[in-house]
This record gives sequence, structure tokens and C-alpha cells, in this order.
Amino acid sequence: MRYMMLIHHDDAKMEGADQKALWADWAAFNEALAKADGASPGERLEPAPEGTVVRSSDVLDGPYADTKEQFAGYFFVEATDLEEAVAWAKRCPASRFGAIEIRPVHVPKGDWK
Amino acid sequence: MSDSGAAAQQSAERAAARVARESYGRLVAFLAARTRDVAGAEDALGEAFAAALRMWPVDGVPDNPDAWLLTVARRRQTDAIRRRQTRTAGEVHVKLIADEIEDASQAPDAIPDRRLALMFACAHPAIERGMRAPLILQTILGMTAEDISAAFLIPPATMGQRLVRAKARIKDAGIPFAIPDPEDLPERLEAVLDAVYAAFTKGWSEIGDEVVPAMADEALWLGRLIVSLLPAEPEAKGMLALMLYAESRRAARRDATGAYVPLEQQDTSLWDDSSIRLAEALLREANRAGPTGRYQLEAAIQSAHTARRLAGQDNWRAIVALYDHLLARTHSPVVVLNRAVALAERDGPAAALLAVDILDGDRRMQSYQPYWAAIGHLRGRAGDKEGAIAALTAAIGLTADPAVRVYLHARIAALRDG
Repeated sequence: MRYMMLIHHDDAKMEGADQKALWADWAAFNEALAKADGASPGERLEPAPEGTVVRSSDVLDGPYADTKEQFAGYFFVEATDLEEAVAWAKRCPASRFGAIEIRPVHVPKGDWK
Repeated sequence: MSDSGAAAQQSAERAAARVARESYGRLVAFLAARTRDVAGAEDALGEAFAAALRMWPVDGVPDNPDAWLLTVARRRQTDAIRRRQTRTAGEVHVKLIADEIEDASQAPDAIPDRRLALMFACAHPAIERGMRAPLILQTILGMTAEDISAAFLIPPATMGQRLVRAKARIKDAGIPFAIPDPEDLPERLEAVLDAVYAAFTKGWSEIGDEVVPAMADEALWLGRLIVSLLPAEPEAKGMLALMLYAESRRAARRDATGAYVPLEQQDTSLWDDSSIRLAEALLREANRAGPTGRYQLEAAIQSAHTARRLAGQDNWRAIVALYDHLLARTHSPVVVLNRAVALAERDGPAAALLAVDILDGDRRMQSYQPYWAAIGHLRGRAGDKEGAIAALTAAIGLTADPAVRVYLHARIAALRDG
């Protein structure tokens, strides 16, 4: 099963960490993802306040959500079950500074057009 | 409260909880074996069990714990029946269980121990493999879905739903509550042992978490229970011995700063003698009583590692030979890997790297942290610095345990400096 892993983290909390060690862990995590069958490294997004929100005809400044933890990036994994996907989330360095949301990718059933 | 006072209370709580579980598991198994309704039996005893966990640490354990639980359960059960009977018909199971409780409470001393039969039902081939351990933990020990889920990396509600489904399957698929016939016993017992061992490894690999040592404890308790109920089965003893060897090294796996210490660097004086002695005795008995199985072989390998305590050196020749037997039996890539690490000690890193070549490209190994940690270790010993760093980096990326991460980062730094 394919899962999209959405990273929501607290920028301030992450800035407090040892940056060199953190990026070393991120490099290692991406290395592990690259080796894993069916996984694909995602992308890191600029901080949420840099974003723009369009709702019907309004164009607003970000962030989209008024929360401490902001959507910050994503990656994909292929896992046989939820437990394996949770293991990937726990390995992700971002899990130490916020939350990883695990969302199964929808597979169209093909019985409707 | 003083530390020693708190510790004393904690130990009283644990002692009371043990007796409550002993009793609870026996009663659930007894009721479920008659009605095949595991969930109904748990419902009937649940409140009584919760009351026991609350009251026994304070009031002391009653003289006849089974009778105590049955009395409380009978009182609650009658209320439940009265409520339900006015609502729906067809509560046959509830009535049946109430009758069983009524009968059993007349002679609580005569309740046969059906826990083994219940464990065989929980680990039946018709039950999804991953749910066998959670089912046993819940039905035999009364653990909550929440506590179980914490160790199994599954959200509590999901774990709860899966447990409900698995119990419905036991009832609906007519899974027998019985000890299998002799010809089926080895295979069926292996499924039970695998489930208990799976619970143990949950409590073993991811340390640092509060729930997790507790889970290892529960698995050890189940292991002892199985050995006591099936004293003639060598594999049950082998598995219990294997868990005890691992348990004996718990204190040595972390240094003073909390960093991970691999087996070959552990201070053997921190190994727990009493666990090792018990493991050695079990293994001797197992090997005397019957043929050699997977758990006995794995325990024998751990026994050979303990030689370092006396001789100052692991018995690598014996360890490699035991891995050869284990590999012939299991054909497991994990065994290939562990054998190679032992082989490096006997024949050097080049021979070991050659032996793990067949795992190259095995997709199960690509996301298996110990694989990359071992490859990094072997390449480092063979003088392949860049290759070692690349493998150790992948291992760091696959690690969720901060203590192991610290250790691996230090290994890379040492390679860079060296």
C-alpha cells in the first residue's frame, strides 16, 4: 500500500535543535528512503507564512492554518501495512519536531466512471 | 513518598497484578472454552478484573482469587442480563456465560486450566499472523488495546477494532479450543511461540519507551506459563531460554550516557547471572528431552555468547556451526546476516562480506536497519571506509532509537578520523 507522509512541524522548535546533527540525520533518512522499494523522497516547503491562500475569489497571505505546527513537506513510502508506515514516520527526523500524518493513497476501484 | 516507599508500593502493585492476571486469564479461558465466546467472557470478567487491579494492591490479595473474581463477575453479570433481556432476545451467549459463572463459583477450586487451549485458538492458522500476539496479550493477560497498541505501532482504536474482529472470527469460524493432536502439535505450538516471541521482541528492539520493557516482562511471563503447561515440549523451553538470555543483557545495552552498546562491547559483569543460569538450565533440559528446533538453536547461540563471561572470548567456532544448522532449517535472510557477522570473527571480514553477497538486492533487506549496520561494520573492518560510511548512513536513516543513532554517528566519525 502506498502512503503519503505529510510532515507538520513547529519551525521554532526545529530551529532550537543542533542544525548540523539534524541535517546529517535528514541526509541519512533520505539515503534510507532512496534504497527502499517504492518509496520516493518528497520535497521540503518554504515556511507556511511564505504561502498564499486562494479561497473562492479571495487571495490571502499564508499561513493557511493558524496553528503552531505547519505543513512543511512530504514523502511517499510503499508499506505492506500501517505498522510499517508508522515505522517510517518514527524514523523521519521531522517526527521529533511535530507530527507526521500518514495518509493511504487512494486507489480507484474502477467500478464507476 | 520516599523512593523506597514508592518502590515497595510498586512491587506490591505488580505482585497483586500478577495474581489478578493469573486468575483472570484462567477464568477467561475456562468460560470461553465452554462458550467459544471470548469477547463475552472478557465482558463478564472485565469489571471484576479492573476492580481486582484497583483493590488488591491496597487490601491485599484474597485467599481464593478465582472465587473473588467470580463473585464480583456474577453480581455484575446478573445486572447485565436483566438489562439486556428486556432489550433483545437472542442473548444466548450472555446467558450461557452467566450460567457458567454460576456453576464455576460453586467450586472455584475445580476450574481446569484452559489457558493453553485458548492460546492455541488465538494463534490458530485462521487468525491473521500479526494479530496472534495482541490476542494472547489481551485474553490471557487482560491487557488493554491501548497498552498493546503502544508496543505494536498501531493506533489504539485500530488495534481495538482488529481485536474485536479476531474474536468474532474465533467464534464464527468455529476455531477449536483444544490442544492439537500430537502430529499437528509442533507446527501449532510454533505459531503460539512465535506470537509470544513477537511480543517479546516488541519489548526488546525499541527500548527507551516506558511500555516496552513491560511488554518484554509480559512475554517472559507467558513463556513461563507455556513451559509450565507443556513441560515436555523442548521448543517452549528453548524459546523461554532465548528470551532470558536477551533479558540478562538488558542493563549492559546502554552505557552511562544512555548510548547503545553492541553485544561484543558489553561489560559482561553487567549481565544478569540469575537469568543466565535459568536459561542454561532450561536449554539443557530442552536438549535432553527432544530434537533441536529453531528456538533451541537460537538459545544455544546465545549460550555460546555467554562463554565470553568466563573465557573472555565468545566461542565463535560453535556460534558459526549453530548458525549453519539454523540456516539449513530456516533459510532466513536475517540468519544469513547474523551468521556472516559471526563468520567475520572466525574467518575475517572478507569471508563475511562474501557470505552476505546473496542478500544484495533482497528487497526485504533494503529497509532493514540491522542489515545496513552489519554491512557497515563488516566493510569498516575490511578497510572499505567509504563503503562503510555509506552503509552506516543508511542504517542511521532507518533508526528510530536515538541511542542507536548516537552510536552509529560515532562509528562514522571514528571511520573519518581513522
